[in-house]
Amino acid sequence: MRAALVAEYRKLVSTRMWWLLLLVLAGYLVFIGIVMAASFVFAPEDPDSGQVTLHGVEAARAIYSVTNGVGYVFPLVIGSLAITGEFRHHTITQTLLVEPRRGVLLGAKLLATVPVGLLYGVVAALAVVGASAPLLAGWGDGAYLTDGSVLTLLALGVLVTALWAMIGVAFGSVVPNQVAAIVVILAFTQFVEPIARLALGSFDGTEGVAKFLPGAAADGVIGSSLFGELGGGAELLSRPVALVVLLAYAAALALIGRFTTLRRDIA
Amino acid sequence: MTDPAGPPLAVEGLGKTFGAIRAVDDLSFRVRPGAVTGFLGPNGAGKTTTLRMLLGLTTPSAGRALVGDRPYAEHPTPARVVGAAIESSGFHPGRTGLNHLEAYAPQAGVGRARCRELIEFVGLAAAADRRVGGYSMGMRQRLALATALLGDPPAIVLDEPANGLDPEGIVWLRQLLRSFAAQGRTVLVSSHVLAEVQHTVDDVVIIAEGRLVHASSLAELAGLATPETYVESPSGEALAALCRDRGWTARPDGSGLVLVDVPAAEVGAAAYAAGLELHQLASRGVGLEDVFLRLTASERQP
Repeated sequence: MRAALVAEYRKLVSTRMWWLLLLVLAGYLVFIGIVMAASFVFAPEDPDSGQVTLHGVEAARAIYSVTNGVGYVFPLVIGSLAITGEFRHHTITQTLLVEPRRGVLLGAKLLATVPVGLLYGVVAALAVVGASAPLLAGWGDGAYLTDGSVLTLLALGVLVTALWAMIGVAFGSVVPNQVAAIVVILAFTQFVEPIARLALGSFDGTEGVAKFLPGAAADGVIGSSLFGELGGGAELLSRPVALVVLLAYAAALALIGRFTTLRRDIA
Repeated sequence: MTDPAGPPLAVEGLGKTFGAIRAVDDLSFRVRPGAVTGFLGPNGAGKTTTLRMLLGLTTPSAGRALVGDRPYAEHPTPARVVGAAIESSGFHPGRTGLNHLEAYAPQAGVGRARCRELIEFVGLAAAADRRVGGYSMGMRQRLALATALLGDPPAIVLDEPANGLDPEGIVWLRQLLRSFAAQGRTVLVSSHVLAEVQHTVDDVVIIAEGRLVHASSLAELAGLATPETYVESPSGEALAALCRDRGWTARPDGSGLVLVDVPAAEVGAAAYAAGLELHQLASRGVGLEDVFLRLTASERQP
């Protein structure tokens, strides 16, 4: 298993994709951090408009939570590439020659993305905080970087990013076609899930379901949701439950992948 | 490091069906250590499917394939038992040649130094830190071979290894495979062209339409060949008459005749006895390619 882990880790970091995606992630979150902080800090106070404007530590937490709420597409993609890249470039043949135990292979891929996922999480947190904290501190109610709840949120954001990378690997094992996997990830994260959360959260009967969606569960782990704070209002799962739900997504997808994609003949 | 005495490979009643197609059908053969065995057959004969089953990539529909005493995948570190390069196995174009080897080294139980050593051994030292996307077909073949050799395996299975190699590379590969066999390793090499491996192999296993059509030493295969003799005489008429007298089958070839299934010595003796002047008398090889074509073509008839 140790050898498989080292091998899978080397595969991840020996192409340019991991740092290219990381650069895009950082750039994107710097941009989002500035825009969000500016909109909170410089929004005109108008009590009659009914617009929700967050204040104080709430504002800081909402912004810092975008490492998950907005950034989760990146660890998902890098995780999925660990599997889909093998199929796209037919390296899966050589991979299974040196490691015929397919469950071990999948396990190694899931675990080997964790360090990369943690790095993504750290960079994402640094990008958002670096971009938004000066604005919040200088013109808003403060950056709250010593606040315990903020620090917890940031730390859990890093953890959740690593979990997203694992879920990406598991998803790749279900959809080994690289283009299809990326399209589904983009469509789901940018379109399907936000709408589903909004729609499900709008009705009493389905409100309880929305918080079990993967993105909502991840918000539950970090304990703050930009989505929720800005009008969705949907409640989040408690931290332990949310963590279990997120792990269950990874486990369920990995099991499906193990008994579909990784059971087939490799041609 | 590794005991170079290779394990025998055994294919026993192996079968694989894809839908209605029988890609491999009740195939049995053995590959002995200390020799190079050519695994031959036309394109689509089922060679790669057989090798994939031998290497645990594809599950057989029937029968089994063993490396030594057990299936490939049941060896604790298979890359240290069999080094394999399968056609259609690929490379990530964005990874360097050396990084490719390093990604597979841990499971072969070797370190980075061995990777560097191998990339030099296969003649890719200058390209070691270049991305594989820029490699030629021949360079990829060399890198695939280096990958197969990572664990210094006592058995080597190569699928169409000569494809894309330049003539110099083919000679190098031939010497390498001969030296492996001389060390006692088991070497199995597939090809769809007999001529490509004719000078490399000791044994041949020939399949067509997924079935075994011939397995023997190369010498025994040559025994199936019909000898041909080229003969040229300034007196074409007299030569033709001699052929008629002796009942030889002849066909014109350039300015002489090719006699089928007649040894050169017999032609020479007959011409001497008849007082016929000859300008050329030569054995035309053993026509192994013809044997190969005959063996593989006969299977196609209903």
